[in-house]
Amino acid sequence: MNQSQGFFKDIQISCLVVGWLLSNTASIILSFRVWGGQSMTDSAPSWFFYSAEMIHSLFLINHLGDIFLEKHWKSVISRSVCDYFFEAREKAVDPENVPPVLQTPHHYLISIYRGKLFFLSVIQTEVPPLFVIEFLHRVADTFQDYFGECSESVITDNLVIVYELLEEMLDNGFPLATESNVLKEMIRPPNILRSVVNTLTGGSNVGETLPQGQLSNIPWRRAGVKYANNEAYFDVTEEIDAIVDKSGTTVSAEIQGVIEACVKLSGMPDLTMSFMNPRLLDDVSFHPCVRFRRWESERVLSFIPPDGNFTLMTYHISSQNLVAIPVYVKQSINFFEAGSCGRLDITIGPKQTMGKTVEDLKVTIHMPKAVLNANLTATQGNYTYDCTTKMLVWDIGKLNPQKLPNLRGSLSMQTGVPNPEENPSLNIDLKIQQLAISGLKVSRLDMYGEKYKPFKGVKYVTKAGKFQVRT
Amino acid sequence: MSASSAFNDEKGGSSSVGEPEYGHDPASGGIFSSDYKRHDDLKEMLDSNKDSLKLEAMKRIVAMIARGKNASDLFPAVVKNVACKNIEVKKLVYVYLVRYAEEQQDLALLSISTFQRGLKDPNQLIRASALRVLSSIRVTIIVPIMMLAIKEAASDMSPYVRKTAAHAIPKLYSLDPEQKDQLIEVIEKLLADKTTLVAGSVVMAFEEVCPERIDLIHKNYRKLCNLLIDVEEWGQVVIINMLTRYARTQFLNPNINESLLEEGGSGDKTFYGSDEDEDEDEEEKEKKAEVAAMAKRKPYVMDPDHRLLLRNTKPLLQSRNAAVVMAVAQLYFHLAPKAEVGVIAKALVRLLRSHSEVQYVVLQNVATMSIKRRGMFEPYLKSFYIRSTDPTQIKVLKLEVLTNLANETNISTILREFQTYIKSMDKDFVAATIQAIGRCATNISEVRDTCLNGLVQLLSNRDELVVAESVVVIKKLLQMQPEKHSDIIKHMAKLTDNIQVPMARASILWLIGEYCEHVPKIAPDVLRKMAKSFTNEEDIVKLQIINLAAKLYLTNSKQTKLLTQYVLNLAKYDQNYDIRDRARFIRQLIVPTEKSGALSKYAKKLFLALKPAPVLESPFKDRDHFQLGSLSHLLNAKAGGYQELPDWPEAAPDPSVRNVEVPEWTKCSSREKRKEKKVEKPFYTDSEGESGPTESADSESDSATGSESSSGSEESGSGSESEESKEASESEEEEEEEEEEEKKKKKKDLKKPVQESESEQSSEEEERKHQRKSKPRKSESESESDEDEESESESSQSESEDSESEAEVKKKKKLAESKPPPKPVKKESKKEKKEMSLLDLDDFEPAPSPQVTPVNTFLSNSLVTDLEGLSLSDSVLSPATIAPSSTLKSYELLHRITGEGLSVEYCFSRQPFSPDANMVAVQMQFTNNASSDTKNLHIEDVKLQSGMRVKEFPEIELLPAGETATAVMGIDFCDSTQAANFQLCTHTRKFFVSIQPPVGELMRPVFLTENEFKKEQGQLMGMNEITEKLTLDVKCRNEHTIVQRVTTAANLSRVPCGSDKECSPPLPPPDHPVHRFAGRTVTSGSLVLVTVATKEEGAAQLTVNCEKMVIGTMLVKDILQALTQ
Repeated sequence: MNQSQGFFKDIQISCLVVGWLLSNTASIILSFRVWGGQSMTDSAPSWFFYSAEMIHSLFLINHLGDIFLEKHWKSVISRSVCDYFFEAREKAVDPENVPPVLQTPHHYLISIYRGKLFFLSVIQTEVPPLFVIEFLHRVADTFQDYFGECSESVITDNLVIVYELLEEMLDNGFPLATESNVLKEMIRPPNILRSVVNTLTGGSNVGETLPQGQLSNIPWRRAGVKYANNEAYFDVTEEIDAIVDKSGTTVSAEIQGVIEACVKLSGMPDLTMSFMNPRLLDDVSFHPCVRFRRWESERVLSFIPPDGNFTLMTYHISSQNLVAIPVYVKQSINFFEAGSCGRLDITIGPKQTMGKTVEDLKVTIHMPKAVLNANLTATQGNYTYDCTTKMLVWDIGKLNPQKLPNLRGSLSMQTGVPNPEENPSLNIDLKIQQLAISGLKVSRLDMYGEKYKPFKGVKYVTKAGKFQVRT
Repeated sequence: MSASSAFNDEKGGSSSVGEPEYGHDPASGGIFSSDYKRHDDLKEMLDSNKDSLKLEAMKRIVAMIARGKNASDLFPAVVKNVACKNIEVKKLVYVYLVRYAEEQQDLALLSISTFQRGLKDPNQLIRASALRVLSSIRVTIIVPIMMLAIKEAASDMSPYVRKTAAHAIPKLYSLDPEQKDQLIEVIEKLLADKTTLVAGSVVMAFEEVCPERIDLIHKNYRKLCNLLIDVEEWGQVVIINMLTRYARTQFLNPNINESLLEEGGSGDKTFYGSDEDEDEDEEEKEKKAEVAAMAKRKPYVMDPDHRLLLRNTKPLLQSRNAAVVMAVAQLYFHLAPKAEVGVIAKALVRLLRSHSEVQYVVLQNVATMSIKRRGMFEPYLKSFYIRSTDPTQIKVLKLEVLTNLANETNISTILREFQTYIKSMDKDFVAATIQAIGRCATNISEVRDTCLNGLVQLLSNRDELVVAESVVVIKKLLQMQPEKHSDIIKHMAKLTDNIQVPMARASILWLIGEYCEHVPKIAPDVLRKMAKSFTNEEDIVKLQIINLAAKLYLTNSKQTKLLTQYVLNLAKYDQNYDIRDRARFIRQLIVPTEKSGALSKYAKKLFLALKPAPVLESPFKDRDHFQLGSLSHLLNAKAGGYQELPDWPEAAPDPSVRNVEVPEWTKCSSREKRKEKKVEKPFYTDSEGESGPTESADSESDSATGSESSSGSEESGSGSESEESKEASESEEEEEEEEEEEKKKKKKDLKKPVQESESEQSSEEEERKHQRKSKPRKSESESESDEDEESESESSQSESEDSESEAEVKKKKKLAESKPPPKPVKKESKKEKKEMSLLDLDDFEPAPSPQVTPVNTFLSNSLVTDLEGLSLSDSVLSPATIAPSSTLKSYELLHRITGEGLSVEYCFSRQPFSPDANMVAVQMQFTNNASSDTKNLHIEDVKLQSGMRVKEFPEIELLPAGETATAVMGIDFCDSTQAANFQLCTHTRKFFVSIQPPVGELMRPVFLTENEFKKEQGQLMGMNEITEKLTLDVKCRNEHTIVQRVTTAANLSRVPCGSDKECSPPLPPPDHPVHRFAGRTVTSGSLVLVTVATKEEGAAQLTVNCEKMVIGTMLVKDILQALTQ
């Protein structure tokens, strides 16, 4: 919040200018307040679905291979079915490499790996695998939405709520509650105050009222929403996925954008968001609330928003377009046969930052096994080397264009082992506030249908996604 | 709960047997006995009277179930609480019941009556929930009860309950497949359902129970296509998959003409060079020629229904749900003409950013697609580049795609990429890369040598795995042109000293044996070395040594005879019987003895036959015979329950089966009909724009389009439809009404089918149909006819305040207007009326003549004009300047059929509402068309957006049959066009109705002088000003009509022009006058200023200044509409 306060005025002015320019179609342009709140990505809305006996059973398995929760929507399937999975898990070495779909003599196992947990579903008949995978991720999203995180401890602490949720989500493979908003009407998320009150009064987490939401045909929105402060904030986050080769040329670069929204508006507001340059967006996906036809014809996002946090839209700007790469990296990593050591020298400088400051700069290198230790000096920030995982992490922080950060020094290698012939690639993390690297800009946000004046804000952030420099 | 320690993995699965024993066996350990005791106290808690104790107990029991522990011995104690009042306890009991009912069938029956009671509950949610739990109890004995419940629920008024019924079908089917026929009946019924809520669920049931009954889909095909975008995402997946299969049986192959232009495959084949392949090629070509010839005979025209499906699924590529995107992608892949398939590539590439599991599945499908349609993904080549952080399985799949995409033009970039991959630390991935290079080399002859050289370089790689993999791949490549590459073979022969990987050694030995003629000197030496190390080799190497020995013996027996015998002798005593067998077999074959038969003559031919080069094929080749996106495709094996994707039919089956007959149209309830209407639209106009199905969730822009709607009856139909469908799904009561309406309509239709079918053409009929449908709004044409009525009656009743001249003007206008169309309609309808009182044509008839007409006094307007008169000089005051306010639109609130004889119309009387100045006065006219009296007409259950208020009209105690009454109510719309929803109640019935104001009614006129107007306008510039250019209609260029139309569209008063002497700018020339109107919004009193400046040739500029920008925008639209129509 504090960081972004400085940008407050700029945004306000630019928004007003935009408003004046476009004022022949009237709208409510209010002072845009820069929203510097917490990122909302960690509490994506949950979704529920309709599947014809798609999922027979669900097992939650922790990283040690313990099954700590099982739920059967049809008749009970013995947990011994998981043995096939454990076998595959052993073979895969890395949890990420477990095949998501496994075939066993009588069942199919479809699993996802989220937050160090495996969600393993048992399937008996043909079903689109993506359907199940998407479902399992939505389950995980729901847990995250309800409990703030999706981990074993939190699930076992809230076992009953989890079970109630699973029960509502799929009924014999069939869903009843379909939306986070609906679900929260039926099963309230835990919070400290209520759990205290509940223990005192013997109250429950189950809503007393029947959820009407699932009957409406805008199921994503609760009826009768009321807020004292009406506010709508939008986070435009862009991630740069890039591969830069040794010589510094860009092999491929793409932008993955997402607009996360936090909308707390009373009643049934109807929002319209338009962009300065909607032509940038040629590959998009929407929250179901967005009216697709309006997008097709007018290139504006028109929607009745869900209540609370949700992902309004994601977009993809592919490698065919030119993508600005904010930093360059000069590196040299050498391993010498003699003396079994290596040298490392990395410098990072700004490239196309559009005049903004690059923050939270971080370089991660997965060193070859032979590297025992690193003896380096950094002109800025700190570095750590984990000997077991072979991860070298250099946390730089803010990038100062006047004094470029540099990390150099020697690497000590295991003796008697031939030198690694390949150099590890560098993974870069960075963040640029108040900038969408694609140049995307929200020009206005209009609200119809309600008479109050909401606070509105748009925040732009550019991050490095899968940003890799090959050496 | 200390379950983790108590919990026993092995027993978890078969817990039902395991756990009760704990009780009988107290010696089985402290934990178990304490468990046993705990169950005892759980029972006590469940038996207690306190809900909190019960809840606590249930929570602990559910936690036990969740951990996989057995809690079945608590069944009697738990099931007692099924009727518990506490909702959470109840829910947890349900959870328990569904889990254990199967094991305790008799006891479970105790709970059934509770659910049966629930099925009759007036609340739809309770009915649904009861059905849900009831159908989840897997107890065979209740199958008849379930069947009955499902049947009843399938015709429930609430779509939500019907949805639950659809869900229950597969449950019952899996419990008792005997019920299939009955269930199909229910499915058939539910398939005809027109609500999006039901559509997805019933198709799922269909897929589960009777996927082979494709005939059930015909009638519903178009409806499903059109509902698709509004169905929830999971239903979309199922429907799309089903429709893919359907389309494959019903339509012709759209690529029938293009199959000559085969992409992909054919390019690869020419390289293989073997005779068989060429034969195949020729055959294929013949086939293609045949097909093409056939196609020429019959030019392909795509069935409009086929096109409909493609068009309606395309937007779903934008879904945020990967499963939906995949479903559409496979639909396009299997059904679309080649030229159109490309659109899916972008969406699929977008999915690559999703979770790694999603990536995995998507890449598998992309791999299959990229073989058939390489061009499609070529532009996205770079998106498949591999990062060192990708999981190996993803890397390998991306590699597969890259290989499939490689062609002459991009191979150099791809090989450069591959080069970096080879250096990766992930050795499995490196091995896969080498394989990929090999495949590129076989497919693209230009780069074969480059690849081979690169691979040979890899032979000196330090990593043995890399070397080994290279050897294997080189071996395959060399087989294609061995003569050219004897130096490579020599090089490889040297490797035998170092390389240890068995597969690689075996490959080298095979290579040397096979091409020993090219390396005549080295080969025997290699055999010598191998003979030395024979005993230490792996089995596959040993086999190849024997092979090598045999081949050398046949070609070069002089040098190798002894070596061969030595090797064969060693093999004779090998531990592996395979090797022993092989040795024995070869000895007999190659070493001539007296016993050896005829075969030894052919030994050379047998061993040294020319072997075809291996074809390096993608493992994804031909996987597309499985429906893409399916589990079967992913596993490349048919999964249980997989429905084969049928081949295209030779000739298209009769497309008319999908036609929905005309009576069908009218049979369905009004809402559905509108859906149908929407359905039809895309056929006529592609530029459907806003009124598309996505609009259904809309309320605001809806009203905007609604108010525009006068341009075409169809448009207003779809506009009001979306609103209506919302209401409908919210209230069951209305559902009921509609059903009744439906029934009545059916009757009518039976009597008048001819007329109905005619209705398609005649525009009048079109209008009529529309009117029947649209509840709150009427088409322009109708309201005009209404206006006539009103203005007539009004003029007779007009109050004294109205000046004579005004009345005269009105009369004139009236005469002009009342001549045209409605006459014939009226006549017709009167005839009809004699026959049947409830004919829908009635609607068009004016209300019975003795009606009490609304008191259309235009108090406010006339006051204003009076005031104007005061301030204006007589010369300016021409009749035309007076706001001609005669045209008050009236809207239908309750249709006489829906209202069971009671019809209600309302209009915005534009009078100040005396009890509360901030309210808009709505004048309602009740007509009782029924044969009995209606009593106690009043308003109930007002549902409003926040801030809105309603002042109800006083209850009308009695409205005798055939009588009409009026009442005025006030609504404070809060300056928004949100509808006010309420129930209109009679002594017997309640009707859900809603009043939605046009934006022009949200204001009242104020009097401003021109100078004041300009001053105010100056303060409302910038964002508060909206300007729009327009061309006035020819009929609408004189001052009179402009003023009349503006004041009709909005409740504003005219600002007298030229009256102010101070007015600084010179007056505009008289032929280009500027008209100004002013008003204030009713609730907040914000100024609304409207300026219409006319120019030459009917050009004009409309300016609206208003602090409320939403009002301003909408007002501009409305006035624009009014002026340009």
